Amino acid sequence: MIAPYHLERQQKSAQLLDKLNALTKWHMDNCQEYKAMLEKSDAVQQVDTLEEVPYLPVQVFKLLELKSISQEEIVKVLTSSGTTGQQVSKIYLDKETSVAQTKILVEVMKPLLGSKRLPMIILDTKSVLKDRKSFSARGAGILGFSNFGRKHFYALNDDMSLDIVGLQAFLKEFAGQKILLFGFTFMIWQYVYKEVIASDIKIDCGDSILIHGGGWKKLKDEAVDSSTFNRLLHEQLGIREVHNYYGMVEQVGSIFVECSMGHLHTPSYADIIIRNPITFEPIPYGEQGLIQVLSELPKSYPGHSLLTEDLGTIHGEDDCLCGWKGKYFSVAGRIPKAELRGCSDTFQGGTKR
Amino acid sequence: MNVEKLQQIFAQSLEIDAIHVVDELTYNSIPEWDSVAHMALVAEIEDQFDVMLDTDDVLDMSSFAKAKEILAKYEIEFS
Repeated sequence: MIAPYHLERQQKSAQLLDKLNALTKWHMDNCQEYKAMLEKSDAVQQVDTLEEVPYLPVQVFKLLELKSISQEEIVKVLTSSGTTGQQVSKIYLDKETSVAQTKILVEVMKPLLGSKRLPMIILDTKSVLKDRKSFSARGAGILGFSNFGRKHFYALNDDMSLDIVGLQAFLKEFAGQKILLFGFTFMIWQYVYKEVIASDIKIDCGDSILIHGGGWKKLKDEAVDSSTFNRLLHEQLGIREVHNYYGMVEQVGSIFVECSMGHLHTPSYADIIIRNPITFEPIPYGEQGLIQVLSELPKSYPGHSLLTEDLGTIHGEDDCLCGWKGKYFSVAGRIPKAELRGCSDTFQGGTKR
Repeated sequence: MNVEKLQQIFAQSLEIDAIHVVDELTYNSIPEWDSVAHMALVAEIEDQFDVMLDTDDVLDMSSFAKAKEILAKYEIEFS
């Protein structure tokens, strides 16, 4: 079996539950605001099933600066992308959580990318990394995935125009070698794919694998779904293999990547639960609802159990045809007018006594 | 000789004085050695020693001492 997709339900949930209970306790002891929220909602803190682990709505990080470490221990601050005018989430990482995040990303991706670093094209601009201590979701993603690549080439200029000459030179230099591409779904569509179409040039990435994430919201408006996206990228750019991933800055460690069957998978250190958007009760596999994410990583801030604003469906567990264990699922998109009510009067987490 | 070479690479990539490049120098312990600089450091090591490090090596390279240990696997000698 391929780690971290090797544990079956019983073993996985037992291990994860112990860690999540420990994290709930850790954050109760180290984050005043977290403690206050849990106490106010009468959430049970030490629970017997994953479904009972108290959760925070993900928007809480836009309103409060939650952390379970001292100011001096912060080594990195992650911020959510958020459209203009919107509040952004701030996620504080210490050395331990930051290192764990990088390691786990590697473990999650290894079954797809192997351990040899590949010549890498980043379908974004280098200016995303200008600030060295505070990273946007884009910057954090690029940095994390850069570990899988070498000879990194940024395909977009600072003004978001495509560096076609540079791209062609790169592909020529590494012709015959497997190439790794990484980028954000919408950026790839808008600034790479459309640009290539507009300038009527032929690009062939050869033996190549693209990992992309960030959500489909803007592509939905153009009626582009995942299979269309994959097909067009193959046709226009010669990208042979495409894997989408689902994740958010608010929960480090939760990177769910598509398997060979095109399903997002939960690795052993993270899990998802689907809840009814009105009652917040867990709902059966096959039904669409709000996605709750669980991860054993967030120790520097209380983000180990979060209710997202995304709708998704679990299709099964431990029996995906790709051979990986764990739950496999798909994401349908944001709930309309994402706003589950504000936060202090809104903490919906946990089971009531 | 390889030790000095590696020291120089560290000093240049992290933009610090070579005098500070000692075994105990660890990743994230100084502002200069962050995740962005780490990428530049790895690239420079690969170029100058003509090696190709695995993903795990990149993550394990958490100190100057560790860097020597990892390069030793690639038959770069530090006596």
